[in-house]
Amino acid sequence: MSAPTLAIDGLTKQFGAVRAVDDLTFTVRPGAVTGFLGPNGAGKTTTLRMLLGLTRPSAGRALVGDREYAAHPRPGRVVGAALEASSFHPGRTGLAHLEVFAPQVGVSRARCRQVLEAVGLDHAAKQRVGRYSLGMRQRLGLATALLADPPVIVLDEPTNGLDPEGIVWIRRLLRQFAGEGRTVLVSSHLLREVEASVDEVVIIAEGRLRHASSLAELRTRATPAAYVVAPRPDVLTALAADRGWSATSDGDGLVVDGATAAEVGAAAHAAGIELHELVRRDVDLEALFFELTRPEGAR
Amino acid sequence: MRAALLAEYRKLVTTRIWWLLLLVMVGYLVFVGAAVAASFVFVPDGAEPPLAGKDAARTTYALVNGVGYVFPLVIGSLAMTTEFRHKTITQSLLVEPDRTRFLLAKLLSVVPIGLAAGVVGQLAVVAGGAPLLAAQGDGAFLGDGDVLAGLLLGVVVVALWAVIGVAVGSVLSNQVAAIVVILAFTQFVEPIVRVGLGQVDALVGAAAYLPGGAADSLIGASFLGSTGTVDLLPRWAAVLVLVGYAVGFAVLGRLTTLRRDIG
Repeated sequence: MSAPTLAIDGLTKQFGAVRAVDDLTFTVRPGAVTGFLGPNGAGKTTTLRMLLGLTRPSAGRALVGDREYAAHPRPGRVVGAALEASSFHPGRTGLAHLEVFAPQVGVSRARCRQVLEAVGLDHAAKQRVGRYSLGMRQRLGLATALLADPPVIVLDEPTNGLDPEGIVWIRRLLRQFAGEGRTVLVSSHLLREVEASVDEVVIIAEGRLRHASSLAELRTRATPAAYVVAPRPDVLTALAADRGWSATSDGDGLVVDGATAAEVGAAAHAAGIELHELVRRDVDLEALFFELTRPEGAR
Repeated sequence: MRAALLAEYRKLVTTRIWWLLLLVMVGYLVFVGAAVAASFVFVPDGAEPPLAGKDAARTTYALVNGVGYVFPLVIGSLAMTTEFRHKTITQSLLVEPDRTRFLLAKLLSVVPIGLAAGVVGQLAVVAGGAPLLAAQGDGAFLGDGDVLAGLLLGVVVVALWAVIGVAVGSVLSNQVAAIVVILAFTQFVEPIVRVGLGQVDALVGAAAYLPGGAADSLIGASFLGSTGTVDLLPRWAAVLVLVGYAVGFAVLGRLTTLRRDIG
């Protein structure tokens, strides 16, 4: 599958006095899952709505492949999007919801059933959406996005309201999409939610780009650390100082910053220091994410 | 456009409110048809009936518009406002970003349901009024050419109302606001204004340009006109006026509601 690249270029949206999205530029490549991350109100949904032609940018543009979303002859076949879990007519059945949109993405009623089955809703096909749980609505939204088996998939907070089993399911699905060569953009306000499934991260806050890189690169910016319990903490502190690591006492043990658990273990072993506990205590991505998305004034 | 029309048609038939409204419409129009027919045929001894003969029949059958037009208007407006109420407008515009085409499909998609409402509404009025007219009055005149033309045009008028309803809904995208305005206009404002204009010599002709007046003109008979004070337009002009309302509201809706950001 050769999927188009998404190119966000200087995208800006002004709502009255509020600049919801401010000169945002990034690209989303095919064959990978890109996490579009930021706190609630950072401008993620507004950006996605501009990408999908629902909201007009104040400046800049967003391209799906070589043109804007709305300029594609049948955009629903190119991009499958699920924006919010509540945008269904409650009186329509799940199957009827899909059948309503099927003609414009050019798929048959049989395909609607097939997609419903794929998201695990075949048992609720004839049930009115008003009686669906939030998790079921998320699945129906995803089914709508997948109707045309599109090369680009855009999901806004797809894990909201899903049970743990559903979250694992979404992760696996996202990995599968990327493996098939699709372009996948997934927004979330929690890095932890998508950490296991994304290859690339685009982090925004207050409408501005704060960070864009691969997840692996972001990880290298996190500092390694280890938690150690030793019968002679003073000896260990001296060892850490000798190696250029900082050690601070924490409860019964020490937190050694600047070294991985393996490095601390190897150094202690070489120095003949007895250890009773050795645990990874790396500055996790979530903390780094929190730091990256702090309000401008508080940085 | 075919795909957009099919999608809009499926939106209509996969919800229940339309059928409920049609049921209420039928019940209401049977009752009103019978009541008005009764007022023509049961007159105190010595008094003149307000209308008699063919005029009584045509006026009774025209109630499908004069009284019934609120139903297709509401049905049409719901087709549009439901999209905003349940936010399905997002998905609708994702699969059809051309908002003019979306609106056109929506306007046209209610024609079949409007015609269906016209047929059942017209049948309901006849079912309510014709037996009384035939049994107690001068006859039901169901074989008369003028009466039949009025019946058929009544069906067309109801379908036009449904289209105008969609256009109104595109201007007033808030569902409650749209319904309140339609109810207030059809049940209160327009009848009063039409009667009021009828009392002022210089403005008598203007009433026929109001949407309900134009619709009565197309049918060729009016419940309000039965007092003999309301002028009607020629049929060709009536069609133009009604289509003008639909186009006017639709253009306004396209330039306001459908020009805005969605979400």
